[in-house]
Amino acid sequence: MSRIGKAEVEHVAGLAQLELDEAAKERLVHEMGDILAYMDQLNALDTTNVEPMMHALEMTNVFREDCVGESLPREEALRNAPNHDEEYFIVPKILEGGNA
Amino acid sequence: MEYEAVIGMEVHVEINSKSKVFCACGTDFHAPPNTNVCPVCLGMPGTLPVLNVDMVNKSVAAGLALGCTISRWSKMDRKNYFYPDLAKNYQISQYDLPLCHGGYMDIEVNGVEKRIGITRAHIEEDTARNTHTIGGGQSGVDFNRCGMPLLEIVTEPDIHSADEAYAYLTLLKQTLQYLEVSDCNMEEGSLRAEANISVRPKGTTALGSKTEVKNVASFSGVHKAIDFEIKRQINVIREGGAVLQETRGWDADRGVTFSQRQKESAHDYRYFPEPDLTPIVVDEAWEQRIRESLPELPQARCKRFQTTYGLSPYDAGVLTAGRPMADYYESVITAGADPKKAANWIMVDLQALLTDAKQEITDCKVAPEHIAELLTLIGDGAISGKMAKDILRDIFETGKTPKAVVEEKGLVQISDTGAVEAIVRQVAEGHPAQVEQYKGGNEKVLGFLMGQVMRASQGKANPKLAEDLLRKLLNG
Amino acid sequence: MTAPWCDKTGHEIREAVVRGDVTARVVTEAHLARIHALDGKIDAYTQIWEEYALAMADRVDEKRRSGATLGILAGVPISLKELMCTKQGETTCASKMLAGYRSPFDGTMVQRLAAADAVFLGKVNMDEFAMGSSTENSAIKTTKNPWDLGCVPGGSSGGSAAAVAADLCSMSMGSDTGGSIRQPAALCGCVGIKPTYGRVSRFGLVAFASSLDQIGPLTKDVRDAALCLNAICGRDPMDATSVDLAVPDFTAALTGNVKGLRIGLPKEYFTDALGAEVREKVMAAIEVLRGLGAETVEVSLPHCDYAIAAYYIICTAEASANLARFDGVRYGFRHPDAKDMRGMYVMSKSAGFGPEVRRRILLGTYVLSSGYYDAYYLKAQKVRRLIKQDFDEAFEKCDVVLGPTTPSPAFRFGEKTADPLEMYLSDIYTISVNLATLPGLSLPCGLSSSGLPIGMQLIAKPFAEETLLRTAHAYEQNRGFDMGKPPIA
Ligand SMILES: [Zn+2]
Repeated sequence: MSRIGKAEVEHVAGLAQLELDEAAKERLVHEMGDILAYMDQLNALDTTNVEPMMHALEMTNVFREDCVGESLPREEALRNAPNHDEEYFIVPKILEGGNA
Repeated sequence: MEYEAVIGMEVHVEINSKSKVFCACGTDFHAPPNTNVCPVCLGMPGTLPVLNVDMVNKSVAAGLALGCTISRWSKMDRKNYFYPDLAKNYQISQYDLPLCHGGYMDIEVNGVEKRIGITRAHIEEDTARNTHTIGGGQSGVDFNRCGMPLLEIVTEPDIHSADEAYAYLTLLKQTLQYLEVSDCNMEEGSLRAEANISVRPKGTTALGSKTEVKNVASFSGVHKAIDFEIKRQINVIREGGAVLQETRGWDADRGVTFSQRQKESAHDYRYFPEPDLTPIVVDEAWEQRIRESLPELPQARCKRFQTTYGLSPYDAGVLTAGRPMADYYESVITAGADPKKAANWIMVDLQALLTDAKQEITDCKVAPEHIAELLTLIGDGAISGKMAKDILRDIFETGKTPKAVVEEKGLVQISDTGAVEAIVRQVAEGHPAQVEQYKGGNEKVLGFLMGQVMRASQGKANPKLAEDLLRKLLNG
Repeated sequence: MTAPWCDKTGHEIREAVVRGDVTARVVTEAHLARIHALDGKIDAYTQIWEEYALAMADRVDEKRRSGATLGILAGVPISLKELMCTKQGETTCASKMLAGYRSPFDGTMVQRLAAADAVFLGKVNMDEFAMGSSTENSAIKTTKNPWDLGCVPGGSSGGSAAAVAADLCSMSMGSDTGGSIRQPAALCGCVGIKPTYGRVSRFGLVAFASSLDQIGPLTKDVRDAALCLNAICGRDPMDATSVDLAVPDFTAALTGNVKGLRIGLPKEYFTDALGAEVREKVMAAIEVLRGLGAETVEVSLPHCDYAIAAYYIICTAEASANLARFDGVRYGFRHPDAKDMRGMYVMSKSAGFGPEVRRRILLGTYVLSSGYYDAYYLKAQKVRRLIKQDFDEAFEKCDVVLGPTTPSPAFRFGEKTADPLEMYLSDIYTISVNLATLPGLSLPCGLSSSGLPIGMQLIAKPFAEETLLRTAHAYEQNRGFDMGKPPIA
């Protein structure tokens, strides 16, 4: 019995915008299951009073001053885009109100 | 059954920093598409965000003005979702520890004061703008707006009508403009308001399922949209239906809300702390520095205008609606003008000129000292009210001083008794019939004779003095 | 094949260039010639910047002729891992997703090396987006271990390690998220240092796991590592996590003196899981250091068994967000058949990323998803704290922690690809160093019976790179044997 099922793999793939064929799903059920089961060993540790290490460094308040610097020339900005015209990045039609 | 609406507002305000929130690109709204962009705000591989300190300062100022507690320790988080207007497919925002929380605004609707709770105000980055003008079933994306500094202000569900929502938005905008942290220009999208609306039977406490109304272009539009949406939801329920949880747009032409997207399930944004940025620690000293730099806020200033200057609540409200106008008014007072007269001249005459010229008070060529000077000239009897209006129009266009205009045009009022008396005599002698009528008891003819005096003096005779002298002559 | 200058270290080349014994052009040409002759066997290079490298070399020579002071890496031929952003050439991260991608900027580290008058020969292979421990996950080519062409060079900076080991460059810039500099350095017999998190700007390093990634050099000796750190360390306003701390002259730490140095030996590192040959060589190295006056003390890292689990939660979570930007809108691969938006995302990502990258994105998405955050991500960050505390306590008793870099020498191609978890477990000794943000250095300490390099790892307190370098250098100068060269042509 794997740690996760096919439905969960499909759900996670949906969140990550990945598509998987049936064989890949089967394989991932096992691979991810094994890895997650391995990760579950953390549950053996009592971490009740442990402060999570949410930032790697102790530093705080690293800011930049509000100064305008150079932007990219537009051709440079657009150069790597798979589809663009002179002004815009072009994508398949975006439906109104589709964003979060 | 009676229903009541329960409304919470989410307002996104673009903070008017010179550069974007995480990179050094400029923030000019009018820049051509994709010219205010750099590797950082385009989310190019290998780039990192660095937080603009101006954003923190202005957000704290806004938070304090909204009565919020400023978090001593807060952090940025990643909010993960896919959309082409999001360069990294995550938005850097704040999740469980917003910079500001637990505030309020006291609004007034129909003379009744009411407190609207502010749940939180947090820092985030704006998204890009999509255009739908590219042909062939395609959209264009302009990343100029991506990474603009954005403050999201969320209220408690304390609002119960469109009027209250309108009053809240108006006061919020006024406050932020007083702080000079945002232009709050809805047309340019630097203020965007969304309303979460549900209805429930009056007297109950459970919340009905809500709709989110967004993409409304004006405050009056928000007012209309909320009104419509409340009625729509009540109708749906009365007809035995259920309100669907969804996002609705506002069709201003037809005056209706319409379904944009139904939420299949709650979003799973997979928030986690942004590892590329350090936590934000606003200590007491920093908070205090910002608190001390806050200007007097609109409500306090409005009350003070009433008590200090004896203005009516209405006049005080008009004069304090915007900080530049309130500052202007107080400069006029400082220059020695009578508060009530100054209020009248600014609200009526000056405002009319501004409106005609489509100017803001900040563009106005009339210096506050000149209004005071004008009022002094009237008070001294040097010019008449009618002359003052002409002078004001002149200085509004030229920026000259009132005295200069008076001299230039020879507009000095004749208040010398001898000179006025000579004109009065001349008029009386020239109109014997009318003089007789007056003496025969026809009081009305006095007005005609006064008109003749003013004409003969080219409008310069002090009217009060002229009338006194005319009566004295005719009665004598 | 003898190759003049190619077997030299960076500091030897720099000195020769400064003295005028050789021009940077000659050194560069020698390396380019060797790359052309040998890299067909090794497959370390993904891009060779022939003209660009020679132009850089000529600028160094011109600078010398003009009498200007030469930079600290003058004429030193360097290769860059495929995920270092450069205006020159492409920055592909060894992924189909970024094939042809041209970065509009040079990363901070690249700028600093150029300012130090280094010469860039080109870019070298890696596991796709730095995810892997064998470089087998590259979408470009399979890099071989110069010591045995049937073995992996390690990963993810496998191209860097192979190139340095085969004398195809003098040093190479790698990145280390869970051992990606130290492990390939160990498997290829190089020196590799992962500086303290925050020491080197990450601006221009394509992110895998932002709270763990750090840039560092793979070199032929310890002095080169110190020299390179001198060039690349220090605060960068473009990276909010780069630390504002004075950068010492790291070469000044190479005193050869380790008298009284307290070396901590974690009992958890010397268990049965450690291969006998590796143990033997590491123990011998400890004896060398003892002989130089260092003391050893047993220390304990009680939570180190949990490091891999915590690491794979944190790094996959961060990666799932970091790699979300590769969607075919602004750059990168867009599937030609995509008709609508969701199709563009799904088809481009599914075809653009390789299996290991997809697997980690899925894992990371899972551990962050609603209902699992506390059980995985939050828990892992707590365990991360415990692991850091273990080291804090250990460093109360010692100045440097010493142990193996890997449990065994280089493994064969395909040996661990079938089981991803098995591959993850090979990073057991390196991962906790990243979790604890510490500096770690791997250096060769011998050859296995089959002639494969074995590496040992030194770990120090945050920002105590000098202690690492001093210890490593003292050992290197006194180990009493020559590692020799890989048996290639
Ligand atoms: Zn930018």
